[in-house]
Amino acid sequence: MKRIIYSEIKGRSPQFYALAAILLVFVLTALASAFYMEHSGHYVTGMNNQVVWGMPHVFAIFLIVAASGALNVASIGTVFGKTIYKPLGRLSGLLAIALLLGGLVVLVLDLGRPDRLIVAMTNYNLKSIFTWNIFLYVGFMVIVAAYLWLQMERRMNRFAKSAGMLAFLWRLILTTGTGSIFGFLVAREAYDSAIMAPLFIAMSFSFGLAVYILVLLAACRGSERDIGDKVVNKLGRLLGIFAALVLYFTAIQHLTNLYAAEHIGVEKFILLDGGIYTLLFWVGQVIVGGIIPMVLVFRASGDVSRNAILASTLVIIGGFAQVYVIVIGGQAYPLELFPGMEVSSSFNDGVIASYAPSLPEIGLGLGGVALTGLITLFGMKLLRFLPASLANATIDPHHSVTAKSS
Amino acid sequence: MSIKTEKSTPTPGFDPVRRKFLSAVAAAAGVALAPGVMLYGITKSNSAAARVSGSAVSSNVRWGMLIDLNRCDSGCDDCVTACSKENGLQGHGRPATDAQWIRKVDVTNPQTGASQSLPMMCQHCADPPCVDVCPTGASFKRADGIVLVNKHTCIGCRYCMMACPYKARSFIHESLEDQKPHAPRGKGTVESCTLCVHRVDAGGQPACVEACSDTGGGAMLFGDLKDPDSEISQRVAKYATQQIRADLGLDPGVRYRNL
Ligand code: SF4
Ligand code: SF4
Repeated sequence: MKRIIYSEIKGRSPQFYALAAILLVFVLTALASAFYMEHSGHYVTGMNNQVVWGMPHVFAIFLIVAASGALNVASIGTVFGKTIYKPLGRLSGLLAIALLLGGLVVLVLDLGRPDRLIVAMTNYNLKSIFTWNIFLYVGFMVIVAAYLWLQMERRMNRFAKSAGMLAFLWRLILTTGTGSIFGFLVAREAYDSAIMAPLFIAMSFSFGLAVYILVLLAACRGSERDIGDKVVNKLGRLLGIFAALVLYFTAIQHLTNLYAAEHIGVEKFILLDGGIYTLLFWVGQVIVGGIIPMVLVFRASGDVSRNAILASTLVIIGGFAQVYVIVIGGQAYPLELFPGMEVSSSFNDGVIASYAPSLPEIGLGLGGVALTGLITLFGMKLLRFLPASLANATIDPHHSVTAKSS
Repeated sequence: MSIKTEKSTPTPGFDPVRRKFLSAVAAAAGVALAPGVMLYGITKSNSAAARVSGSAVSSNVRWGMLIDLNRCDSGCDDCVTACSKENGLQGHGRPATDAQWIRKVDVTNPQTGASQSLPMMCQHCADPPCVDVCPTGASFKRADGIVLVNKHTCIGCRYCMMACPYKARSFIHESLEDQKPHAPRGKGTVESCTLCVHRVDAGGQPACVEACSDTGGGAMLFGDLKDPDSEISQRVAKYATQQIRADLGLDPGVRYRNL
């Protein structure tokens, strides 16, 4: 295989600046939203004492989960030694850091007291899985940054593989940690299950790769670099497998819950009569985010890139629907204080909680996405993340030979 | 009003070691935050005063409550009113986001139609999940079993609300006025029933219990579950009592009778 040449994107075109400006506007909107929410208090959002985690958490969890998944491309190249993935590794590291930062900023700005971040940094409760997550996130960024540096600094290349291995293990633990935030909530019928951790890992594979494909294709097009069908096809099919994996774990999640008598109520709610949540589950997650993308990458004919772009977009939409159902749907279903009894009170006991995301919440969430975009954009402009070419012939030395003989 | 972190006093009832540690941390945080960063709106006076006069919080005591449902009437909410008055909780007419430390819950058996009413509040669990999940340690359990939130270190992440099986906690969704000096609160933080820790530390009993015996049905009994001679212990030993969601194994300090 030829030596891979990486180069910065030029980032001088009007389009580049236009994109950067749009992203910046979104980031500023998010800051304004957060300030507004903090200043007036959270009553201006859709959140309340029943649904305490709202739209910002949906965005934050999606981004954080996708972050660890975005690193997979690098892992497949380094840890599993698949050459075709090697040139793709750097961008995958950059994206992982950018997604994680985007998600964390949303999470922090949605706190009741974001100004007390320093308190969170200095007071730890080591029993809390939340605390562990803070360590895992910080560690993840440090390790991925080190891994990128080792890759970029030629003298250090020989350590890159070990760093890649460490990053891969770390990401598995990290996603397990994120999933466990829910898995540990014994009182919530929707979450209390060991399947949450592997389900989150599958989700991270799928969401992360979908984001990666979109960014890679956009970056190559925007900077006029060749990208051959071969790479795109590979990535697309991998996405199909990951999407199938998510469906598989989702099926297990619901089947095991159906076996446990105390979970029947919430299962019925999500799967059958939960209104918006049922709709988002079946149409959003299963059909749009699962089945259609699989058909697109495995069966559809036509332009490979186009199919991959469409499939990735749908996986992301379905992913949001899935996280929404998990986070909001799980809270909307009332806590069972007296199993088998009917309850009522002035505090909405026994009723399905209502939640409608407010504009500032959505603004804050989108700002996190935009921040991810800005970091990625300027990362590629400042450092050599993107291979100069991903044309079929560049990435695969046998390509031209096989092409001739066939 | 605003106070600086380093001057802040912890919520009533820290044990001395913990208090020392936390104030050291708070001082460090205060230095790191200074200059100009103010943590706002928490106490009006020295909220630890009650504790200074009392004896140290002891683990030989476990405060608890026994609530007799036969004496609790569905139409009565004297405990709720007393709590709001005592702790200065006033609503903004927004039931979904207003704080409720104690509420009346009506429970109906769908098969028989039999109905009961009971007060529900923080159950002061012996194994409180809210404390386990809290990232900063703001949620804590005192040696005497009272579960509290330290208003100075709560970052408002609401994970404890996700974890509490009893929906006992409220997030402060908007600015507050007319706070009671003994019940510090703060926008953007989480709070719940304190078992009227300020009264208990001064040798009294919670406002709800008092109201219930004065004007209500006399359904609530407060006392030390660890003292075999206390009335509550004797009744718990004599009659069948229940803990709500006992299956979760959290060992709530609030017990119910005739449920
Ligand atoms: S009832 Fe809820 S808030 Fe109170 S101690 Fe138990 S878990 Fe914590
Ligand atoms: S909201 Fe406050 S008390 Fe509750 S878990 Fe978060 S920091 Fe702890």
